[in-house]
Amino acid sequence: MTKNIAGTDVDFDSEGFMTKPEQWSRDIATALAAEEGITLTDRHWEVLDFIRSDAKENGGAPNVRRLQKVGNVPTKELYTLFPKGPAKIAARLAGYPKPHGCI
Amino acid sequence: MANEPIQKVSIIVSKGSLEGVYPALIMANGARAEGIEATLFFTFFGMEAIINKRMDHLRVSTVGNPAMHIPTLLGALPGMSSLAAVIMERRMEKLDIPPVREFIEMISDSGAEIYACKASVDMFGLKAEDFCKQVQGIITVGDFYAKSAGASIIFT
Repeated sequence: MTKNIAGTDVDFDSEGFMTKPEQWSRDIATALAAEEGITLTDRHWEVLDFIRSDAKENGGAPNVRRLQKVGNVPTKELYTLFPKGPAKIAARLAGYPKPHGCI
Repeated sequence: MANEPIQKVSIIVSKGSLEGVYPALIMANGARAEGIEATLFFTFFGMEAIINKRMDHLRVSTVGNPAMHIPTLLGALPGMSSLAAVIMERRMEKLDIPPVREFIEMISDSGAEIYACKASVDMFGLKAEDFCKQVQGIITVGDFYAKSAGASIIFT
């Protein structure tokens, strides 16, 4: 489905994840964060920027273990920044589909 | 009753083999990843996964385990279950599944609560200092039920 967010038409899957990461902008991230009840801080942006670059390289958003090990953000902090599930929520805000895998 | 999303799970870990412990850890971690509250309660041999000296050396059951597809007598040879554990750990690492100690740390850092069962601790003659630091307490079954209010209870 397509929704107009921050003045842009954005494609989403049925779970509310963007299907075309190239449509992403920082304004869209801010608007999606507001839907989740999150006000983005510098630290949130660092996580989102890491996901953007990592996902571009690897073809999908990273899981929590990778956010910690490669992104250098401790698990505890990730859950403070994105309490409803860092891998899932941060991927959504970064404009990528939900990460697959059980870990 | 409407199909309300699950908000809280309490997972009991009663087995101490590698294959007995991992499903519970994956379920607890997966719950937190979905924003679901999670409590882990280790009882009987399940405590192997939180005992400091033991948690890095869990092994696979190679005897009496038909799914291993090796004859029981072969499985009983010395070193077989350690070998099976090494092979399984390698495969898991490839799938980005962490070793037990790291997994327990990760689950604890994600905000899940981890407890040991008092009856089992008394039976095995263990003390609080025998456990890894992520264990928040040694609790009774009554405490477990109290902490599980509103949760789905999963026994593994």
